[in-house]
Amino acid sequence: MSKKLFKKILVANRGEIAVRVIRACKLLDIPTVAIYSTADKNALHTLLADEAVEIGPPPPRESYLDFKKIVETARAHKCDAIHPGYGFLSENPQLPIACEKARLTFIGPSAEAMRLLGNKVQSRIKMATAGVPIIPGMKASGENIFQFESAAEEAGYPVLIKAAAGGGGKGMRIVNRREDLASSVEAAKREAKNAFGDDTVYLEKYIENPRHIEFQVLADDHGNTIHLFERECSVQRRHQKIIEETPSTALTPALRVQMGNAAVRVANAAGYRNAGTVEFLFDKSGSFYFLEMNTRIQVEHPVTEMTTGVDLVVEQIRIAAGEKISDYVLEAKQRGHAIECRIYAEDAENNFLPSSGEILFYQEPVGPGIRVDSGVEQGTVVGVEYDPILAKLIVYAPTRELAISKMIQALKEYKFLGIKTSRKFMIDVLSHPEFKAGNTYTNFIEKHFSDRTVDVVPALELAAAVSTVAMAQGSKARPTAVKQAKGLSPWQTIGPWEIGMRITK
Amino acid sequence: MFRIESKVNTNSAAFKENYEKNKEHHLILKMRLEAVKEGGPEKARKVHLERGKLLTRDRVALLFDKNTPFLELSTLAAYDMYDNEAPCSGIITGIGVVHGREVMVIANDATVKGGTYYPITILKHGRAQRIAEDNNLPCVYLVDSGGIYLPYQSGVFPDKDHFGRIFYNQARMSAKGIPQISVVLGSCTAGGAYLPAMSDETVIVRKQGTIFIGGPPLVKAATGEVVTAEELGGADVHCRTSGVTDHYAMDDKHALAIARNVIENLNRAPKFDLDMTEPEEPYYDPDELYGAVPNDIRKQYDIREVIARLVDGSKFHEFKELYGITLVCGFARIMGFPVGILGNNGVLFSESSLKGAHFIELCTVRKIPIIFLQNITGFIVGRQYEAGGIARDGAKLVHAVANAQVPKFTVIVGGSYGAGNYAMCGRGYFPRLLWMWPNAKICVMGGEQAADVLATVKINQLERNGAKLTKEEIDAIRQPIINKYESESTPFYSTARLWDDGIVGMTETREALALGIAMSLNQPIPDQKYGVFRM
Repeated sequence: MSKKLFKKILVANRGEIAVRVIRACKLLDIPTVAIYSTADKNALHTLLADEAVEIGPPPPRESYLDFKKIVETARAHKCDAIHPGYGFLSENPQLPIACEKARLTFIGPSAEAMRLLGNKVQSRIKMATAGVPIIPGMKASGENIFQFESAAEEAGYPVLIKAAAGGGGKGMRIVNRREDLASSVEAAKREAKNAFGDDTVYLEKYIENPRHIEFQVLADDHGNTIHLFERECSVQRRHQKIIEETPSTALTPALRVQMGNAAVRVANAAGYRNAGTVEFLFDKSGSFYFLEMNTRIQVEHPVTEMTTGVDLVVEQIRIAAGEKISDYVLEAKQRGHAIECRIYAEDAENNFLPSSGEILFYQEPVGPGIRVDSGVEQGTVVGVEYDPILAKLIVYAPTRELAISKMIQALKEYKFLGIKTSRKFMIDVLSHPEFKAGNTYTNFIEKHFSDRTVDVVPALELAAAVSTVAMAQGSKARPTAVKQAKGLSPWQTIGPWEIGMRITK
Repeated sequence: MFRIESKVNTNSAAFKENYEKNKEHHLILKMRLEAVKEGGPEKARKVHLERGKLLTRDRVALLFDKNTPFLELSTLAAYDMYDNEAPCSGIITGIGVVHGREVMVIANDATVKGGTYYPITILKHGRAQRIAEDNNLPCVYLVDSGGIYLPYQSGVFPDKDHFGRIFYNQARMSAKGIPQISVVLGSCTAGGAYLPAMSDETVIVRKQGTIFIGGPPLVKAATGEVVTAEELGGADVHCRTSGVTDHYAMDDKHALAIARNVIENLNRAPKFDLDMTEPEEPYYDPDELYGAVPNDIRKQYDIREVIARLVDGSKFHEFKELYGITLVCGFARIMGFPVGILGNNGVLFSESSLKGAHFIELCTVRKIPIIFLQNITGFIVGRQYEAGGIARDGAKLVHAVANAQVPKFTVIVGGSYGAGNYAMCGRGYFPRLLWMWPNAKICVMGGEQAADVLATVKINQLERNGAKLTKEEIDAIRQPIINKYESESTPFYSTARLWDDGIVGMTETREALALGIAMSLNQPIPDQKYGVFRM
């Protein structure tokens, strides 16, 4: 490496993405500073970085979301850049602003781009002007019910009422009939006000059972804006993606070019720099509509990396340092098929309740084309303070069929004891004939798995449970344990002792 | 050896309930221990420290090797007696390590009524000496006492086990080659003067320790001579002129260092050898004892559950498992020491008594220390059993227990009632050490039974006079008896009166036993001799 892109980078995140960023920095020979809450003192990212700084107590607000403290820490440890990862502060414009004030480089887009793309109404208008297809409906928020009514007529029922500041399904209402429109708008306004402090809502056509297809884009300061093809993320549970893949079975080469160009137009229209993702809804007729743009590295970025050979995090850092997108990236092609499964600490057999505890035994699957991006290891204590994602398992194979088999095999070989995970559920999803046929829509889980029942605990699971208990007992330190060598008097070996000393609450 | 298979379900509601309740008993014990270990009233302690003296517990700590165990005896002696004016009964006794060898320390606490002797203080002092004599432990007396507590003189002075016995014991032990060492850290007046005077070697602190047969007030009254305490019996007089003391110390610390030097030069013989193995933690966590032992004393439970949590690897070589099953006998290891264990699983029948006697013979002939785990309501009663000779078979067990010359240790882990107490090596059978668990009970019989017996006697008496008692009248006779028995059967009542050597926590019993066995081996185990077994 001829010249260092940055002197030192602070990684303002935790878990697998912090590990991923630290590893990318190591590739570039850039030292890293990890931050950790007291709950993450022994976490993998804390141990892996060159320096680690305790940032506060477990609640995110007092640690991973405290951007002032994070920026101060970066300064104090002589960093010249901050990587936000995903989640936490990654899409909060206050962080790039604070970085600029502190003369730090924020590895991501500008605060302006972030703000524009964070507002759904504004970005809709902007993208429509730029010639990007948007979902038919209102271009601005409605002021009175008549505007909503005429917009609904124009788009055709069913329609969707959405909050301008929204996300996560809050302030969202599906309206099937004209009679319900007025009351639904009222309800959506109330919800939006409660959830986001802003009651601005708008109306658009409701797309039934769409696919969720997104495009990875990269833009540098040298006039290059490119896309790195699509990812299909239709398999979701309660609006949370669980399995992502690329390429999508729904796209023809022509559509891919069309959508890719639209994605690039979106990035350009927003004045976007660095890595981002343009999300589209894709309906059964083959039409696609701009949904939103995510202004960060995505959880599912590895599937793009596997099929294009691009290291997206390395490119993020290069672009932030003012470099041109690497030549090999500009020429990247899509090859083979990649799938990612998110491994959550949750009990899929018991209503997906969060699972916590110590990982007593941990073994990752290995083999050609198998990649694990993990934030945990054996001995990690998984709490309930944070997002339950433990790791991501990614496989690459020449065809989709082979990739599915490889993923099922890898999931079976992925061993966790001491904590419940969603692995078995993933295997069931991947084995489903409709998944194999590529019929993946956003209602896939709801449609095929809402009444999922699990077989009687097989012998293997029982054996695993027994060994978990045995290991738990083995690791328990006994307060009374006193070692004594053969032939030595306990008077010499017990140490300080008196009656009552071992009685504790 | 095979491992005991525990049948306790540690997830059951009963386990959790027992755990909570037993833990509570233990926390009360801990609280009370901590309270009495403070010593005398704060004012007295302040004055004591202002005189440049160390508190008794600090003295004891300085005497012993650093970071070694202190097996204290009857810490809660005189608890709830004498208006609680005598914490630890004003004296600290126990076994600790000096230059690698176990010694008995007997230390007055001058912050408790000037270190004077209450009736219980005498008992505690005498018990410590008895343990020292039985186990061949050098005695170190840290003397700081005004002698007898005069208001209680009738319970302290005249009888065979009273104050005079202390000096008798010293002379007898000295004759047996058990070193007697005194450190004079305060006053030793009148009878108290004999404590250092009867010792093999004596240390005294200048301008602090005094020894005299009659103090300055008595001298003035008798002869008119006016003299200070220091002139009459201080360190200078006794080290330079009288020769009553041997070592001259500048202060408490110096005196205790000299005492350590004395012990360093005793030339003690090696301890008796047992066949030791590599110590091993119990397979079942001793912490589970809290939940495995029923909180309700009347509930019978399998004593093997206790054994499994006391012995190395939870391994137990049981003897006559299928015969006389109400007495569990077997061999095990405690921190590598071989032991024979007798534990109750119900009342004693003829068969269980015979089995116990047989097992004790095995232990004594093999010179293996014996541990008794008492949870006993007594011997079986009834015509059939009397005709079967239960008295004769019970006598065999009592005979074997009484004559067994191997070190014996008793832990009362549940009830200790009636003649069962005797057969299972109660206080009268001189176990080297006897402890109670915080949940245990000790009484001639249960309160309910005693109330029934006494009520029946009363009813019969009145019936002879033609009177009949109502239910209320019967209850009026019964209830006070039940209450009295209840309050007098607690471990705190027992330990206050020196019926045991202390209350020990369930989870520390294993270590207490190991320390006790190791300590007992200072006395060689003699060849066994029995008297006549009634056949």
